[in-house]
Amino acid sequence: MHSKSIRQLAQGLRAKEFSSVELTQHFLQRIKQHQNLNAYITVTEELALAQAQAADQRLAAGDTDLLLGLPIAQKDLFCTLGVRTSCGSKMLDNFIAPYNATVVDKLNQAGAVMLGKVNMDEFAMGSSNETSFYGAVKNPWDSNAVAGGSSGGSAAAVAARLAVCATGTDTGGSIRQPAALCGITGLKPTYGRVSRYGMIAYASSLDQGGPMAQSADDAAILLQAMAGFDSKDSTSMDHPVPDYSATLDAPLTGLKIGLPKEFFGEGLSDDVAQVLQVAIDEYRKLGAEVIDISMPNLKLAIPAYYVIAPAECSANLSRFDGVRFGYRCENPADLTDLYTRSRGEAFGKEVKRRILMGTYALSAGYYDAYYIKAQKIRRLISDDFKTALAQVDVIMGPVTPTTAFGIGEKMADPIAMYLADIYTIAINLAGVPAMSVPAGFSDGKPVGLQIIGNYFQEAKLLNIAHRYQQVTDWHTLIPKNFE
Amino acid sequence: MNTQWETVIGLEIHTQLATQSKIFSGASTAYGAEPNTQACAVDLGLPGVLPVLNEDAVRKAVTFGLAIEAEIAPRSVFARKNYFYPDLPKGYQISQMDLPIVGKGHLDIEVDGETKRIGVTRAHLEEDAGKSLHENFHGLSGIDLNRAGTPLLEIVSEPDMRSAQEAVAYMRKLHELVRYLEICDGNMQEGSFRCDANVSVRPVGQAEFGTRVEIKNINSFKFVEKAINHEVERQIDLIESGGKIIQETRLYDANKDETRSMRSKEEANDYRYFPDPDLLPVVVGEDFKAQIYASLPELPDAKKQRFHSEYHLDNEAAGILTSSRALADYFEAVTKQSGCEAKLCANWVNGELAAALNKANLEITESPISPAQLSGLLVRISDNTISGKIAKQVFEALWQNPDSNADAIIDAQGLRQITDTGAIEAVIDAIIAANGKQVEQYRGGNDKVFGFFVGQVMKAMQGKANPAEVNKMLMAKLKG
Repeated sequence: MHSKSIRQLAQGLRAKEFSSVELTQHFLQRIKQHQNLNAYITVTEELALAQAQAADQRLAAGDTDLLLGLPIAQKDLFCTLGVRTSCGSKMLDNFIAPYNATVVDKLNQAGAVMLGKVNMDEFAMGSSNETSFYGAVKNPWDSNAVAGGSSGGSAAAVAARLAVCATGTDTGGSIRQPAALCGITGLKPTYGRVSRYGMIAYASSLDQGGPMAQSADDAAILLQAMAGFDSKDSTSMDHPVPDYSATLDAPLTGLKIGLPKEFFGEGLSDDVAQVLQVAIDEYRKLGAEVIDISMPNLKLAIPAYYVIAPAECSANLSRFDGVRFGYRCENPADLTDLYTRSRGEAFGKEVKRRILMGTYALSAGYYDAYYIKAQKIRRLISDDFKTALAQVDVIMGPVTPTTAFGIGEKMADPIAMYLADIYTIAINLAGVPAMSVPAGFSDGKPVGLQIIGNYFQEAKLLNIAHRYQQVTDWHTLIPKNFE
Repeated sequence: MNTQWETVIGLEIHTQLATQSKIFSGASTAYGAEPNTQACAVDLGLPGVLPVLNEDAVRKAVTFGLAIEAEIAPRSVFARKNYFYPDLPKGYQISQMDLPIVGKGHLDIEVDGETKRIGVTRAHLEEDAGKSLHENFHGLSGIDLNRAGTPLLEIVSEPDMRSAQEAVAYMRKLHELVRYLEICDGNMQEGSFRCDANVSVRPVGQAEFGTRVEIKNINSFKFVEKAINHEVERQIDLIESGGKIIQETRLYDANKDETRSMRSKEEANDYRYFPDPDLLPVVVGEDFKAQIYASLPELPDAKKQRFHSEYHLDNEAAGILTSSRALADYFEAVTKQSGCEAKLCANWVNGELAAALNKANLEITESPISPAQLSGLLVRISDNTISGKIAKQVFEALWQNPDSNADAIIDAQGLRQITDTGAIEAVIDAIIAANGKQVEQYRGGNDKVFGFFVGQVMKAMQGKANPAEVNKMLMAKLKG
């Protein structure tokens, strides 16, 4: 059951091959069996079975929603009514949200069954899932390697088939990078496409929720349920949501693919480059035209990101002060002690590092030199994308410079960790949509191909990914031990 | 050396905008509810929540801007002002910094008969914080977040005021204006209208300003005057005794009538303002502005001018009557309904009625005597049915019996003025006959005795005789 696609499962449910309760039990069983993967922070078994039962009733009544009765996982930064939402932090280890995120509400309405809340880097700050208070997630393809981050739990759960699909969020690559490292399909939508209400903020102008799934076909179905305008999120866009499945099979003849030379230069490992060349050749065979382009400001993305994102997070995380919710230190002597110890004891190292960097960048005397300058760079990068996407239909490139690195390998060197996000960060600064698609393996570890499109071109990206998945089988492979 | 000092004052006034719901959430803004019952997930700053701007707050801010002839920013931006305090749930206040919604405008004040123009630097939208309660919590502090997220318009003046008296005049003028515009209820006890004052002194003739001190939290007209005067005195004393003013924030203590230091500039927070990424820039279009402009009420200065020209009222009467929209409306209803001379109406509204309301501690809107009732009374003065003196008696009776009307009271109490010349003549004749000695005196050239005769006649007729008629007839009879 766990190797089936969403459409196959939906069909199976309606053909009464299995019920939603049986399907849910099957996945719950797998989660227990593979606890050592550390993909889940909280498993909501009771709730899942109750939702499955309700789904079976809706199925019996003839409800046609494709996600109805399908067990999924929620990244643990989407607030879920009555269920702990930890954000991967000791700070929120005791936090039970009194409301649902819009994404959670939408998936509930679609009838999806929530198996639980999946692991992530603390407050979504990290690229390896190692900053989680609940420990690193292991990569299902190599238990010594990282699953990527920050949506590492989502990626590992989908890759190991511990959920049919999962939600993720992407601020600088947090959907695409773990998707690439775990060999699944992940899509970061256009900024404003998916509501941020109830999604605990890391960097508000960059955060975007999106689907993480086995295939583009599955991702299209999950995105369909997640996307749309939300009056509770002022930055969500009132832009029509197309039928993402309707155009999946459109031919790619004449598609213009741009390859920025900046994506294929120094820093990209040879093995990843080789896998990508083969994938791009596949697109040529599908009728696409490949054009070399240049995006000169991409190199500025990392420094700009590491000013803007920490600046926003330094304010976003101020509400975690030990006063109203979350962790509070024992016996505070006074107010300052309450603040400093609650925050000092409950935030991890990486979170503290980013709060400090952001606070510094916003301080009197530094604001213009850092924050304002970073915003100017952000505009330059957006312009690079606009120019490029006026020439070509989509941009392709790597998601990561290498395949999954070893657990513990980069924790001592934050700069090396930051640099590994070089191919994903610029996309968030520009706000355009991008996908990671499984494109092959190197030394037994997955390699992802990144496809970047223009604003609100998610349907196009899914179409391009789907056509590729029709002629390749990378996305169908299941890691050993999880078959 | 005997230096003459000049005071320089600028005011920052926080007006609470009278919206139904909060500036970034749907929770109610009503005052006085049980603690934390009017704070929703957004006001509590729960993880994941997002602000959504209340359009009515924007409308009210623009209304204010248009009323002071200010520039309205076509695009203004909300920023986060970062600081930690337990009653500030998010750890930052959403405010406006570089691009406020209302730019430069002005307000004219009048002090000692002179009109002076005070510049308004800017007015910006922001959310209020909650309240910390330090009493009765067994040594702990309580937090009430009902007020958190209430919309405020912070109105910042230029340092254009030169005395506490001018500062109070400005504050009163602003208070009058925001109530005219119905954008703020002006309730100072409930904190709907709060004032911080920036005060400095400099030798007369010096071009640059002295070091300024900010006095926080002065919430009545009386305290503003006292706090400023006190602070000016403190600053002059300090400088004259060889000291130096340091830039600081001081808190006014009304009980002790003194200011005390809260924090110096060095201790001041670095608020690390930056644009709030959760909110889009506020775009005010020409249509939106035009629609608000068209719905602006007649403003106090224009109304006062009109009362002057249309009703021929003097400056003082026009000023009092236009000090609130409700009072001006009341007055105009009385003139219209009674058809009486405007001056008579003004005298009664500003005189008898104002005194009675004041004594009973009532607002004009709560007056037991309606414009129609007062009109009924004034009509009877105008047509000589009653004298002014009797009218006060009728007014008193009306006040006691708000369901009644002037005519009913006049009839029931037999207060109708006697204009029947025959009846008056008979009384005069009898009094002249009975007071031969005084008649002699009058005829001998003692004019003062005339008053004695008027008094006697009025007394005999229980005050109901038409005074003009009595005078005329007495004069004729006494001359013999």
